[in-house]
Amino acid sequence: MMPLWEVFIRSRNGLAHKHVGSVHAADATMALQAARDVYTRRGEGLSIWVVPSAAITASDPADRDALFEPTGSKIYRHPTFYQVPDEVGHM
Amino acid sequence: MTTTSITVTETPRIRRLLTLADDALILGHRISEWTGHAPLLEEELALANIALDLIGQARALFTEAGNESGHTEDQLAFLRDPHQFRNALIIELPNGDFAYTIVRLLLVSAASDLFWQATLASSDPALAAIAAKAGKETAYHLRHAAEWLIRIGDGTDESHRRAQAALDSLWPYTGELFETGAEREAWNAVVTPVLHQATLQRPGDGWMQAGGRSGRHTEHLGHLLAEMQVLPRTYPGAIW
Repeated sequence: MMPLWEVFIRSRNGLAHKHVGSVHAADATMALQAARDVYTRRGEGLSIWVVPSAAITASDPADRDALFEPTGSKIYRHPTFYQVPDEVGHM
Repeated sequence: MTTTSITVTETPRIRRLLTLADDALILGHRISEWTGHAPLLEEELALANIALDLIGQARALFTEAGNESGHTEDQLAFLRDPHQFRNALIIELPNGDFAYTIVRLLLVSAASDLFWQATLASSDPALAAIAAKAGKETAYHLRHAAEWLIRIGDGTDESHRRAQAALDSLWPYTGELFETGAEREAWNAVVTPVLHQATLQRPGDGWMQAGGRSGRHTEHLGHLLAEMQVLPRTYPGAIW
C-alpha cells in the first residue's frame, strides 16, 4: 500500500490550516493532488499542506489522565472572571 | 431506439462548437466509466472530477451551439447519430488499462490546454468566456496526467511496459488533435519533456488516423452513444 499523508486545509486567508483527513499517495506531489481532488471539491480551500503520517508524534491514550485531567479543576485559567467594558464592544 | 434523431445544419461556427463539445462530452463519458473501478479511492475521485469538468465544458459549448442551431444542449448530446459527432477518434477509444487512460489524457489535454490558452483572446466573446473556465480545468487535467505518467513510465518494468504500449498504440491517433487549432510544435514542447521524464520512447510521427472530425468513427463510438443516449431516446423529455 502507498504511504499515508495527513491533509491540512486553510479555508480562508487569516485562518489556520486545519486537519481534514488523510490520503494515500506515492510521494508528496501526488499527495497534494490527491488532497486537492478528495478534500476541496466544494470550494473548501485556498491552501493545502500534506504531511507524512509517519512524521506525526502522537500522545499516548494511556497518558490521558496524567496529561489532561489536572486542568479540569483549574477553572481560573478561563478568561471568564473579567467584566468587559461596554466600550470594547464585541471581542 | 425510437427515431427521434435530429439533423443539425452546421454553419462554420456551429461545427466548430460541436467539434469542441463532442471532444469534451465523449472524453468525459469515457473517464466517467472509471467510477467504481479506479485503482485507488483518491484516483477514483480525481477521475470523477475530471469527467465532471469535461461534461461541464461540453454543456457550455452545446448551449452556445444550440443558441445558433435552435436546439437544446440535451438534444445535441443525446439525439445526434454517431456520424454527426465531430470528436477525434482518440477520444472515443475504450479506456484500456489505467496507463492507457492516463496516456490518452496527457496527449489530449496537452492539446486542449494550448487551445484554451489561445482561445482566451478569441474574437468570439462566448468562446473566450468558456475558455476562461475550461482553461483552468484543463491545465489541472494536464498536470494530473503528466505526474501520473512520469511515475507509471519510470515505475516498475510492468508499469513501464504498459505505458509504452499505450503510447505506441495511441500515437497514430494524435494527428486529429491538431485540426482544431493547437500546433503540433507547441504540443511537442509540452509532451516530449514528460515522456522523457517518464523514460518513455517517443514514437515517430508516421501515418495518422483521421475521420472523426468528418463523422467517420470507430465502432466504439456507436456502443458508447447507445449506452449514453438510450434513456433520453426511450423516454423523451424524461427528467430526474
